[in-house]
This record gives sequence, structure tokens and C-alpha cells, in this order.
Amino acid sequence: MSEAGSINPAAPDAGVTAPARSFERWMGWLRRNLFDSPANSFLTLAAAVFLALVLPAVWNWAVTQADLWGDSKSACGGQGACWVFVRLRLPVFIFGQYPPSEQWRVVVAVSLLIGFAVPALRDGTAHRGLWVALLLTLFPLVAGVLLVGGVPGLPFIDTTLWGGLTLDVVIAFVTMAGSLPLGVLLAYGRRSRLAGIRTVSIAFIELWRGVPLLTVLFMAAVLLPLFLPNGATVDRLVRAMGALVLFNAAYMAEVVRGGLQGVDAEQEEAAQSLGLAWWQTQTLVVLPQAMRIIVPGIINTAVDLFKDTTLVTIVGLSDLLGAVNQSLKDPAWLGLAPEGYAFAAVVFFVCCFAMSAYGRSFERRLARGQGRQP
Amino acid sequence: MIRRPSRRARIGQWVFLLAMLAGAWYLASNAADNLARRHIAFGFGYLANTANFDIPFSLIDFGPDDSYARALLVCVLNTLLVSAMSVVAATLIGLLVGLMRLSSNWLIRNIGLAYIELVRNTPILVQIIFWYVAVLHNLPGPRQSLHLPLGVLLNVRGFYLPVPVMAPWSRAASLLALLLVVASPFVARLTANGKSLGKLALAMPVLAALLFAVGIDHVDAPSLTGFNVTGGVQLPPELAALWAGLSIYSGAFIAEIVRSSVQAVSQGQREAARSMGLKPSLMLFLVVLPQALRMMVPPLTSQYLNVIKSSSLGAAVAYPEIFQIFAGTVLNKSGREIETFAIVMAIFLSINLAVSAAMNAYNRRVMLMTAR
Repeated sequence: MSEAGSINPAAPDAGVTAPARSFERWMGWLRRNLFDSPANSFLTLAAAVFLALVLPAVWNWAVTQADLWGDSKSACGGQGACWVFVRLRLPVFIFGQYPPSEQWRVVVAVSLLIGFAVPALRDGTAHRGLWVALLLTLFPLVAGVLLVGGVPGLPFIDTTLWGGLTLDVVIAFVTMAGSLPLGVLLAYGRRSRLAGIRTVSIAFIELWRGVPLLTVLFMAAVLLPLFLPNGATVDRLVRAMGALVLFNAAYMAEVVRGGLQGVDAEQEEAAQSLGLAWWQTQTLVVLPQAMRIIVPGIINTAVDLFKDTTLVTIVGLSDLLGAVNQSLKDPAWLGLAPEGYAFAAVVFFVCCFAMSAYGRSFERRLARGQGRQP
Repeated sequence: MIRRPSRRARIGQWVFLLAMLAGAWYLASNAADNLARRHIAFGFGYLANTANFDIPFSLIDFGPDDSYARALLVCVLNTLLVSAMSVVAATLIGLLVGLMRLSSNWLIRNIGLAYIELVRNTPILVQIIFWYVAVLHNLPGPRQSLHLPLGVLLNVRGFYLPVPVMAPWSRAASLLALLLVVASPFVARLTANGKSLGKLALAMPVLAALLFAVGIDHVDAPSLTGFNVTGGVQLPPELAALWAGLSIYSGAFIAEIVRSSVQAVSQGQREAARSMGLKPSLMLFLVVLPQALRMMVPPLTSQYLNVIKSSSLGAAVAYPEIFQIFAGTVLNKSGREIETFAIVMAIFLSINLAVSAAMNAYNRRVMLMTAR
């Protein structure tokens, strides 16, 4: 706009005051983007009517007519949402049945996660690789001890008490940390020259990708005890996480394979001609380049995984969705399903949107970085 | 570049395979022990046993006296029904929202964006349960049914749709109509005396519709009688919630596929179309979409497979599909864990393979033959 004005010496708005010019610019924008043809004007008006019907109704329900304060359902008299329910149940939604006196441990563990994850994910951190390594080794150790307990000063907390959003985050993190290395191994297995390894990898990947996650979770819950020696048991949460790791590794393997295929064969040949062994070629030359390509794919997988953690509700673990389901069965809070599920949806939306936004910004930086290369 | 695997690698491979075999042997012997302790012999003979339970929604007749095998058929059909309904609806939603995302209208474009971001970043299970518990369960009872257009009634028991009742003599006509529809794509490619029969093929579906319409005796519309709704076909809320959840969720992903495929059509094609004087709408339908549709086939295939796999989430709202009936009811009643899971996995795998084989065959036919 402004360039066009400066090029044209006889610009009509040459002597007009600033507010008027910004008004003109506004009108120009409206004409170009909303009213550039009769059909578009009609569409704009229809969309505006639609929004005028929907948005105020949602706003009234969620904000102006909603009740937040009080301590029982009777505090909710209005036509709007009854957020009292969500506010009072918030500890259950976040921590599950984790004992209230020990909930600080969850808070510390999540703060540690943020403390380790931010330097690992940010551009320009010194020793970024070290931070990633710490996030995948030291952090799980510390957080595991914190959450499980059983050491002096930290009483043991059974995993049956874990729940709420905490459980979603724990499951998602463990599954990511477990399925990434397994996925890399499977991707290499699928590209292997050894027919046996290749066949096993392909069968593994395609089997998991062909069945619904729910089947896999159910198998871990119902079928696994049958394959263990009589009397041996595995924690229910561990079984679910194991199933998720195997399932997710198959998807991760395909993402990694795409990245490995994206690295030019010349890179590998050059490394070999320098006398690097296969092992060094892969860890020093191929994988670092492949990782750059596959990070957006990994983040997409992570978003899908985080959404899929809700499925553990069906096998009897009480994650955020399960906690909402259970709270809605409380006779004191009947009929508040819209509020409960809206809350769960918003929490998941915020987490997943943040992750996908990070993935997109990473992709943009990557595209720019590649554009700079000759 | 091709090198033979070193000897060490080959030995490693055999060690790995033997270790896998040993692990499998260990698990299998554990399972055999456990089954022997419970006096259960492995086998699929139980499928012939009487089911002794009812399935609330089935496309073919089913009663408690029927066998497990028939229950399997019922729930496979139910899975296929909801998958087919969702694939069609999700494709329509995806096409609409994808085109909205491509609109030059700022408002329309951003409504599309808001839809995609909102739906894609929320778990599908939350959406399905939301539709089921928060929306469909809060509807009024049959007496206060909501009257929707086209004679559809909506209440807490689900949708009631009017259905055409065919006259007894129209069987042959309907069959002929079906035949005409199936044959039309083949006729379209035939030539007679060097002339293409394409236009004739276009008339065939119209003729089929006419044949079908003639055979309708009357329309059985749902109506209120006393405290209930009679007539019409009931779409139970479980099916409706699963359908809505699957279509709305997958629709957002398909919209992104549509948008990226249309944007991937090379700019030169558009410029060529414009220089020939095509209107923007004609350019979209004659030049851009036909090319974009071809690019969409592979990602659409995996999206359709996702829909089929996600239909197992019907278990959360008790829609009687394979997972709910087999991994739920049949497993509990028969105590046959291994056989039941083998059946469920085999069915999902074969549906997936069949769909991807069909879509791949279609893809090979329509693929763009670029000489790049």
C-alpha cells in the first residue's frame, strides 16, 4: 500500500491527515478481502450473520451468564455454564487421586519437565544436544523417583492413584521417550540389507499401523497376563504405556524412515570415503541431518499421541477425560456434561495447539535455513 | 554402492531371530500353561455356540439364539456402516472447509481455519463423548421431538428418518437401477463407431434414479403416536454421536489435504487457464480441482483408514461395532481372549488391506503422469 502511494506522485491521499488515511486503508482492505465481488459480499454477510448468531450465544453461556463462585450446584442458577463444578473438581482433573499432601511432587516434576524441555527445544541454547540428552535420561529418573516415591522422605504412591492431566502428561512423555529410539531402530531395520531383520521390522510396523490403538491397549490390559508366568503381574499403567510405546514406535519408524530417505546418498558415500565406519557414518553424518527433516513429523506424532492418551480411559485408567467422566456421575453434579467436556477440550486444545505451533515455527525456520544454502 | 552384508552382521541377524523365536516360544508356553490350568482348549469352534445376548442395533436380523459367528457378521456390518457414513460425510466436510480455506474472502478463510485448528487439536474421543453425553443425551423426549426439515424427527432416542417403501413389483426395477449405476463408469469409457459414449453414460444414473422413484409405493415418515415415535428408520444416538465425531474430526484433516493439494497444483496451470479467459470458478472446476484430486488420493487413503480404525472408539459410547461386541461382550461371555483378539485384529487388518488395495489401484489409474 505505502509503496504504491510513494511511487505514484499524484497519490490522492498526499495531503490527507493520518487518521483519514488509515480509514482509507481500512476501507481498501475491506473491499479487497471481503467485498470484492457480489458473490463475495453475499458470503461475507452470510458468514457475519452466522457468527452473530453463534458467538454471542457461546460467549453468554461461557462467560456473562456463567457462575464460577459457590460451593454446590445450587450456586448455579443462571442459564449459563456452571464453572463451579470445574473449579471445585480442578484438583481431581489435574492430579487424579494423588494424595493432596503429596501433590507438590507433581508440581515439582512438571516444573522440572519445563525446565529441561525449554532449553532443549529453544533455538540457540548452548549445548542443546546435552539438554536433549538430559531431558531423556536424567529427567525421567528424577521425576520417576519424585512421582513414585518409596525413598526416605517421599512416601510410596501407587500408580492406581495417579490420574487427571498428570497421567496424560506422564503417559505421553514416557511413550515419546520410549518410542523414539525404538522407532529409529525399526526404521533402520526396515532399510536393512539383512532380509530377516527387514522382514521382522516391516511385519512389526505394518501390524501395529493396521490395527486400532484401542485393540493394542486392550490386549495389554486383557491378553498380556495370559502370556506371563502364572501369578506374575505387571502394573496396569506400565502395561498401557508399553502398548503405547510399541504402537507409537511403528508410526515413529515411518517418520524416521522418511527422514533417512531425505538425506542424500552422497552424504553417506562421502562419509565412507573419509574412512568412517558404518556406525560413525550414521551417528555423525546421516542421523543429525535426518533429525532436522523429521522434527516436524515427530511433533505431529507427539500431538497425535497426546490426544490418544485419552484412550486409556476405556481400559480403566483415569486420565483427564476419565476424571471428567467420573465426576459427572457424582449425584451432586448431574447434568453438567457440557461444562466438563468443554473444559477437557479446552485443556487439550491449549496443549496440542502449543505443540503444533512450535512444530510449524520449526518448519518455517528449517525452510528458511535451507533456502539460504546455495 | 551395493555391498554384501558382512559376516558379523549375518551372524548378528541369526542371533536376533533366534532370540525372537525363543521369546515367542516362552510366551506361547506360558499361554499354554495358563489355558491348561483353566481347562480351555485353543480353537475357534466356540463361534458356532449360541450367543445368548442381544445386539441393540443391527442391519440384519439378530436374536439371542443366533451364534457368535452371526454376531460377528452383525458387528462387522455395523463397523462398515459407520465407517462408510463417516468417510462420505468427512469428505464432504473436508471439501467444503478446504475450499473455504482457499477462498479470497478473509472472513470465510478464517472461519475455515478456526474450524480446522479447533477440531484437530482436540482428542477425537472427547468429541465423540461430547456429542453423545453433552448433546444427544440432553435432547427432549419423544413427545417434544424436534422437527427437522424433510420430516426428520430428533429426540433423546436419536434421529428418525423417513424411508421410501418399495412396491412389491419394483424389485426387478431397483435391481436394474443398481446395475445401471454400477455399469455407467464402464460404459463411459466405451466407444461406438469411434465416438465416445460418455454422454450416454451420464444419462444412465438419471434413468436409474427414475426407475427407482417409480418403484416407490409410499414414504414411511416417522410420526408421534402416544409416547413414542412410530414409522421411519431410527438412527440410534450411539451411531449418530460416533458418526458426528468421526466425520467432524476427519473432515478437518481432509480439509488440510484438500487445501495443500490445491495449492500444490502448479502456478503455470492457473496462469494458462487465466490466459485462455476462463472465469475463476471454471478455472477451479476444470483445471485446478481435477489435478488436485489426483494428488489427494494417497493422503486420503490413509485418512480413510484412520476413520475405519477410529470407528473402534464406538466402544466408548456402546455402539455395537466389532470392538464393543467382540472385545467386550463376546470376550466376557466366552472367556476366549486369544481367539477373540486374533479375530478382531484379523478383521481390522483385512478391512485395512482391502481399502488400501482398492485405493492404490484407483490411484494407479488416476495418477498424474508427469514426465519429471
